[in-house]
Amino acid sequence: MSLSDQKLGDQRQLAYVAAQAADARVNVELEAEGMTLNIGPQHPATHGTLRIIVRLDGEQVIDADPVLGYMHRGYEKLTEVRTYPQVTTLINRIDWVGSFANEVPFILAAEQLMEIEAPARAQWIRTILFEMGRIANIVLFLGDMGVQLGAVTPMFYALRDRELILNQIEAATGGRFHPNFDRIGGVKDDLPAGWIAETKVALDKIRDFCDEVETLIVGNEIFEERTRGIGVIPADVGLSYGMTGANIRASGVDWDLRRDNPAGLPYDKVDWKVWTHPDGDSFARYWVRLQEVRESCSIVEQLLDSMPAGPIMAKVPRIIKVPEGEAYVATENPLGHMGYYVVSKGGLEPFRVKIRSASFSNMSITPWLLKGTYVPDVITILASLYFILGDLDR
Amino acid sequence: MSLLAIELAYWQITVIKLVFSIVAVLIPAGATVYLYLFKMVSFMQSRLGPMEAGPFGSLQLLAELGKSAQKEDIFPEKADRYVYAFAPYVVIVSSFLLVLVVPFGPNAMFANYDTGIFFALGVSSLSVIGILMAGWASASKYSMLGGLRAAGQLIAYELPMILAVVGVVIQAGTMNMQGIVTAQIEGEIFGMGALGNPFILTQFMGFLIFMVAVQAELTQTPFDMPIAESELVTGYMTEYSGFRFLMFFIGEFATANIFAFIASTLFLGGWSVPPFVTDMIGIEADSAWFDLLGPGVMAVKMLAITFVIYWVRFTYPRFREDQLQRLAWKLLIPLALVNIVATAVLKVVFV
Repeated sequence: MSLSDQKLGDQRQLAYVAAQAADARVNVELEAEGMTLNIGPQHPATHGTLRIIVRLDGEQVIDADPVLGYMHRGYEKLTEVRTYPQVTTLINRIDWVGSFANEVPFILAAEQLMEIEAPARAQWIRTILFEMGRIANIVLFLGDMGVQLGAVTPMFYALRDRELILNQIEAATGGRFHPNFDRIGGVKDDLPAGWIAETKVALDKIRDFCDEVETLIVGNEIFEERTRGIGVIPADVGLSYGMTGANIRASGVDWDLRRDNPAGLPYDKVDWKVWTHPDGDSFARYWVRLQEVRESCSIVEQLLDSMPAGPIMAKVPRIIKVPEGEAYVATENPLGHMGYYVVSKGGLEPFRVKIRSASFSNMSITPWLLKGTYVPDVITILASLYFILGDLDR
Repeated sequence: MSLLAIELAYWQITVIKLVFSIVAVLIPAGATVYLYLFKMVSFMQSRLGPMEAGPFGSLQLLAELGKSAQKEDIFPEKADRYVYAFAPYVVIVSSFLLVLVVPFGPNAMFANYDTGIFFALGVSSLSVIGILMAGWASASKYSMLGGLRAAGQLIAYELPMILAVVGVVIQAGTMNMQGIVTAQIEGEIFGMGALGNPFILTQFMGFLIFMVAVQAELTQTPFDMPIAESELVTGYMTEYSGFRFLMFFIGEFATANIFAFIASTLFLGGWSVPPFVTDMIGIEADSAWFDLLGPGVMAVKMLAITFVIYWVRFTYPRFREDQLQRLAWKLLIPLALVNIVATAVLKVVFV
């Protein structure tokens, strides 16, 4: 062992000891009074492997500390050893419930660097699939919130009706969950014959589902009692924690990237509305998302009706080399703003990709938000913030 | 005791009672679990439920029994072993004690106590001890939270249940379960005796309060915080596996049936059918025929009441602990007290 190796070893050991000491300090701080309850990493309310250490006084939360990273898959690093077209396969797995939405901002960023513009029909298909991913994602939330509050039945309705959307996504792209359909300069294929009519039928079913949920859950007294005034996020606090998406719109902030910065997607060609709610509580977050599903249905329907003819791919070189430069593109994904900061050194692979995922930022408010609530409210709040583990840890 | 006019020795009666007590607890539990928990709920949730084991999955329950019997009986390392092992028995014993006083016919009952309903309400609280034992002895924080929630909840809902029953007792003039049934057969509504007087008509408020309290006693949704699976991961049952878990399971559903039996005795006329029916088929209301027909009549009424229990269970979200306590103390108990006063006044006026 050379001297430098030994020095490195010592440093590692020192770092390890320091980390152990830090862990012990955290543990001592948490054990000081009351009961420490580990919600997760294996817990039904965490949709995966999120761990929240809560210190309880009776059932009241004194302190909450989310521990992330149990599902970290190193996607930012992995993108550096993949060519640009290969990256979409990876980033499909970030928010795995509304997969197609993950591909769009990355492809838009790459297109921006290459100074390519996708033809209109490709942009239309992109936006349609983007919105259908949003519907699939939020419909799942609408059912899941019921499960977290103890009503099991709406979940089955949600899964039943989400199936219709997934079938349509599969018919168009070949993949139910991971379409991997977006290409630099366009989309992979044109829509299959008869797809537009079938999709309209599916959208009608989703609208029926929204009505059903509205009568089953939103109008339910117990649901209102469990969610109204629970987990109130004032607009300024939410913004200072970097919250985005429906979570911040439920606090009355009228901020939707689809309208404010559509990055070339044809949202300005359709007639739609950004829904907000003044209350900022769990009920408001549920309500805003419910309205968003309806709005998405209407967006998709209008886009289907106004679909332009033409090619679906721009002229793109066979081997994609992205010229040197940097680009950041964010879009309004189902969970909130999702952005890719792509740095290119002119090679086949990106030099560095920073992924800004919505759940990660939305999660950061939990220590502030969970303080003083009760254990059942912890579950309500986590459910209403709506995070996907893949989006949280990447 | 004579059963269909055959004189039986004491040991023969005891053996019959032993067999029938198991039948009366387990068969209805199995039937409702299959009919409602497996099938009806599946149809409510737009799925089919079990379909493979037997025709329409009717043998699914046996498969579940076999599965549970094979599983390892896991004890957590820090568990209080004896308490932990004994807790499921306490819970299931309370269901067996409850069925003791339920009359299934003029003579077909296990014990005819003068204070039958009083006894039933007393032993129903026994399950709280079992649940607290399970919650504490599991040495798990989730279980302990669940156990404590269960204790708070069951004690709170004992009171509206008792007060709801008091109305019936005042109207019937007896605490004997058989006497309550007789009072409903012989009762008249404004001089018309064709329907008898099932107390659900006059004690409708009492019936509602009783059913809400039963739902809470059974820790079924919307009152299922002790076992809230999305919060406490089934609370006091978290650490149990195999046969002991099954005993909690059977205890829960058997108790649901027996509370339905008690509710139908108190409010729906028990084993009797309305007098105009007995007049039509020409048998006396208290003849030995009802020792045979009674269990069937009870089964129908029980199924009707458990239907409501499971319907509510799979429709509503769950309350929070403090909201549940508020409902009990601020709404149900005052309503029950008003009901008692009204019943007492009307009793004095009409009798």
